[in-house]
Amino acid sequence: MTTTVDYKPSLSRILDPNGKPVAPLPNFARDADQLTSLYRAMILTRAFDAKAIALQRTGRLGTYASSLGQEAVAVGLAAAMQPTDVLLPSFREHGAQLWRGITLKELFLYWGGDERGNDFAGPREDFPNCVPVGSHASHAVGVALAIRLRNEARAVVCVFGDGATSKGDVAEAINMAGVWKVPVVFVINNNGWAISVPVSRQTAAETLAQKAVAAGIPGQQVDGNDVLAVRAVVGQALERARAGTGPSVVEAVTYRLADHTTADDASRYRDDAEVSRHWPAEPLARLRSYLTNIGTWDKAQEETLLQDCNRKIEDAATEYLVTSAQPPSAIFDNIYADLPTELITQRDEALNAPTDVA
Amino acid sequence: MSDISLVEAINLALKRAMADDPRVLMLGEDVGIDGGVFRATVGLLQAYGEGRVIDTPLAEAAIAGVSIGLAAQGFRPVAEIQFSGFAYSCLDQLINHASRLRARTRGRLTCPMVLRSPAGGGIKAIEHHSESPEAMFAHIPGLKVVIPSSPRRAYGLLLAAIRDPDPVVFLEPTRLYRAAREDVTDDGESSPLERCFTLRVGRDMTIVSWGAMINEALEAAELLAAENIDAEVIDVATLKPLDSVTILSSVVRTGRLVIVHEAPLTCGYGAEIAARAAKGAFTSLLAPVERITGYDTMMPYPRIEAYYIPNVERVVAAARRTMAYT
Repeated sequence: MTTTVDYKPSLSRILDPNGKPVAPLPNFARDADQLTSLYRAMILTRAFDAKAIALQRTGRLGTYASSLGQEAVAVGLAAAMQPTDVLLPSFREHGAQLWRGITLKELFLYWGGDERGNDFAGPREDFPNCVPVGSHASHAVGVALAIRLRNEARAVVCVFGDGATSKGDVAEAINMAGVWKVPVVFVINNNGWAISVPVSRQTAAETLAQKAVAAGIPGQQVDGNDVLAVRAVVGQALERARAGTGPSVVEAVTYRLADHTTADDASRYRDDAEVSRHWPAEPLARLRSYLTNIGTWDKAQEETLLQDCNRKIEDAATEYLVTSAQPPSAIFDNIYADLPTELITQRDEALNAPTDVA
Repeated sequence: MSDISLVEAINLALKRAMADDPRVLMLGEDVGIDGGVFRATVGLLQAYGEGRVIDTPLAEAAIAGVSIGLAAQGFRPVAEIQFSGFAYSCLDQLINHASRLRARTRGRLTCPMVLRSPAGGGIKAIEHHSESPEAMFAHIPGLKVVIPSSPRRAYGLLLAAIRDPDPVVFLEPTRLYRAAREDVTDDGESSPLERCFTLRVGRDMTIVSWGAMINEALEAAELLAAENIDAEVIDVATLKPLDSVTILSSVVRTGRLVIVHEAPLTCGYGAEIAARAAKGAFTSLLAPVERITGYDTMMPYPRIEAYYIPNVERVVAAARRTMAYT
């Protein structure tokens, strides 16, 4: 018997949960400004999260998917991207979207139930969130194929969760990307839970990174609570992609500290003790410890940052709340480039629909 | 000008579209060196290379999904799904993504793709190869659904579908692929979408159909003419968005409506046309609307498929019933 495929899953980590370096620092992590940018972005993301939940709880926002505890995945992967790269998020990458230039107001609009939140001014080629789980993985392959057909040195990042890896859509996309060697990095945000189903009931595979093996592409794990490691590993995968070497899978191992969404109650299926066990590994305290230890961060800066983030978020929330809903005719906008005759008739009906029966 | 078959007209339109617009790409299973199982893409790989004619792995949902990604990036992908029975895997992509990308992003991202697939029975194919799924696609807001019924219309409508800024499902009647031949001028002229074609003018009744069943409709009209029944025949061609004006103005004139399609009766597209006539031509109707369709059964295996597919006799009988109604 001979070994035909030699696959050894690996997990990358730069900072341990106490913020102590356990691996050589990549170049970007030697630059204090870059480190504090990552930290600021994670703080902003968490503050946005808190405000979004508060707005939802008071009836001023729709159902919202928290990214609490997973900020390092979103911020790390976005920081690894070039502005000209293309992001196809799932629906928990608020940190990545903010990093890439989608505004707080646009995020509030989206989660507040307004399509205009997807017409963001920033990264115009980025896709909107993909709520039907994992079905955007093949879109990422299409975008990457487009980039390769035009011979551009750009790449694509497609993010989905652990649950999505059970879907055929993801298997088909990873396989196709491997065959065509297109510049795409699939980032699996493994937060341990697909609503109430833990990863152990999602797959018998030891890791999700090894889903790459069957597609013949590199797959590796990274500590998803270590923003430095996420940025480094996704960055390397993106460099390979832009250089034409082909796609990769990166499994970011993190933990969903919150409910699945504001419509969920995780206490129905998950022990609080499990959540408590994961809090010490969360990503913000880890980087803060490191920054404090190397003398680039102190309490005063922390206070200023929190105030700054909260002010930005309050301003954006106010802007969102005072934005009028689209008019009823907007139901018919952009269904087609040119509205067909029969839809013009339906629009007229809608605009003249009776509003009372008196 | 030359006499060509419907599948040759498809091939001609694809060649023309690729020549005219470098954004047009072909992708699908066996579309490259094999030229497609029905030969619709024959010669394209040789003419345009692997960068524009892409053999995909065997994964229909991903073929649709990859097309969406390409389209959002400004390409004009034309995806072939080998048989319509395999196109059901694409429904999720069409419903949740292709059809609503423009609306979800308020026009920031668009999806100018075409999903081509053979459809319909009558070629003694193995199971799952003879489906008529047009009503399922026509129920999806944001999609366009087109079915040609002759080589000339196949050429013009396919060019229109490829040039359209929105996603189009283009169903090609397998039974007609190599049936009648017709002069087709490769002039690059597209036929309008959202337009029904009146193939035969008549005063006593309106027979509405599309795709392969147009032949039965026309043949029935000839037989009825021998009985002094003058039937108008309308080829719907674009099911979505529907040109109800052409259909309703005909029914208002004739007072009788017979709808013919191969797909099952219940929730078939004929129901939509009948409902529109019930509202838009109510006072003109002289007889109940007739629907001659496939049955609410599985498409049978080919040895008995001829009993499933509506035949000329059923259409003529329905037409006589509407004439006899008092």
